[in-house]
Amino acid sequence: MKYMLIKTHSTAAFCDTPIHEWQPEEIQAHIGFQRALGEQLAKSGELVDAQGLADPGQARTVSSDGRSAPVITDGPFPETKEFLAGYWIIDVDSPERAVEIAAQASAAPGPGGKPIGEYIEVRPVMSAPPTEL
Amino acid sequence: MPHTAIEDLLRELAPQVLGALVRRYGDFDAAEDALQEALLAAATQWPAEGLPDNPRGWLIQVGARRLIDAIRADSARRTRETADAIRDPERLGAAAPDPSDAVIATLEERDDTLTLFFLCCHPALSPASAIALTLRAVGGLSTEEIARAFLLPERTMAQRITRAKKRIAEEDRPFAMPSASNGQRGEWNERLDNVLRVLYLIYTEGHTSGGERLRRGDLSSEAIHLARSLSRALPDNPEVTGLLALLLLTDARRAARTGERGELIPLAEQDRGLWDREMIIEGVRLATASVRSGLIGPYQIQAAIAALHAQALRPEDTDWPRILLLYNALERQAPNPMVTLNRAVATAMVHGPQAGLDLTDTLADSLSANHRLDAVRGHLHEMAGDHEEAVACYTAAARHTTSLPERDYLTIRAARLRRP
Repeated sequence: MKYMLIKTHSTAAFCDTPIHEWQPEEIQAHIGFQRALGEQLAKSGELVDAQGLADPGQARTVSSDGRSAPVITDGPFPETKEFLAGYWIIDVDSPERAVEIAAQASAAPGPGGKPIGEYIEVRPVMSAPPTEL
Repeated sequence: MPHTAIEDLLRELAPQVLGALVRRYGDFDAAEDALQEALLAAATQWPAEGLPDNPRGWLIQVGARRLIDAIRADSARRTRETADAIRDPERLGAAAPDPSDAVIATLEERDDTLTLFFLCCHPALSPASAIALTLRAVGGLSTEEIARAFLLPERTMAQRITRAKKRIAEEDRPFAMPSASNGQRGEWNERLDNVLRVLYLIYTEGHTSGGERLRRGDLSSEAIHLARSLSRALPDNPEVTGLLALLLLTDARRAARTGERGELIPLAEQDRGLWDREMIIEGVRLATASVRSGLIGPYQIQAAIAALHAQALRPEDTDWPRILLLYNALERQAPNPMVTLNRAVATAMVHGPQAGLDLTDTLADSLSANHRLDAVRGHLHEMAGDHEEAVACYTAAARHTTSLPERDYLTIRAARLRRP
């Protein structure tokens, strides 16, 4: 079963300091952690895709009636913290395993090497219909 | 002859054979099928019977026969024949040409690699389509390999290639080699420029792709491989030589360009002992050869700049005054804001950071919200000792880049300067 683990720009449970105010070594450790997690999930055969999204300041919102020119709204937007920052798509054997991976991702190191408790949303990906309804 | 040697030879000959078939018969898809059959026949027969006297002529001949058969047959029969041929290698043997065949001699005379490059990098195609088609037809990569390199689903890539072929068939059939009638500025040169651009894009795609991976080794190597075949077909063209030199000199720094955790390491901080000396020697030789007849094109000039960087044993040995002269020449020839930005760096190295910053001021409009402008300004402010401004520029650049490794690099750079 596939799950999407979602990260937003909201602050983490145990850390209010934004990453660009950390010490260089702390930033490096955090990047190293994310990288190792990606490698671990690829090796265990559970990783489908993982992507980080560019800054919300580069976002555009588009709406169209299908006939006239589309309406395009620029970012940034007032509630930046609700913005998607990145995601993993994983293919795992159980919902418990999805939660376990999310917990591991949440405990990424921050200032002083302490886990920051990032909020990770775990969402099942819709699947094909069952063989019989 | 060992199997791997035959495979290498077939890989080298494949684009020439495909080029010859497309040029003579025009149908890209059918020519590709015929090529596959000819390669299969060669792979079956050559190891057992030894190489024919003229391997390329042999392949063209077998391919041409197959193609003519295919053109005559309806598509259903064609599919059946291909399937039969794969099951029954002896039937392919029957199609092999008599080595004394007179046709071979006339076929041998021209290298059709160039024909194929012109076709795949047709101006009617978007760069993405031209890249895919070139990798497939000239590079001999499978659709799956190309899709993987671009992190795209295989079906998407297959469609892209099919549409590209269709587009060419509509646009340019029968295929006509571009004319060189207008001398220097002829159509031929414009078409060649397009080929060079596509090869350069393939390289940079492998070199600095967005997202997780900073480099995808295979695409960079593939671009160099392609530039080598182009250079074999046009050994005396300074821009072709310049492009090959530029790619070699850039790729020579590959191992030094990223750290253990994939982090970016800027030129000035790279361990130059990790640079590939062999590639540098070849690149410098080619770059020198290409400028012998003067500075005529952008690839040649960029290769000369890369050669100067490669020859500096330590960053402080870099011949910045000459690099600045070369950027001046490049800007006169191909003026664009990114060249000016590079010239600003060279200017700062020769005349001090403020002179460089003044030059970047002129780019505020043309490169607004471009992360490179902010990143360069960050470095120049750092050089000038203005850490506060540098941090602001690095932070802005980190916000604007869409490359993850680059964002990490800029964030850490800012954090280092912020530390009291």
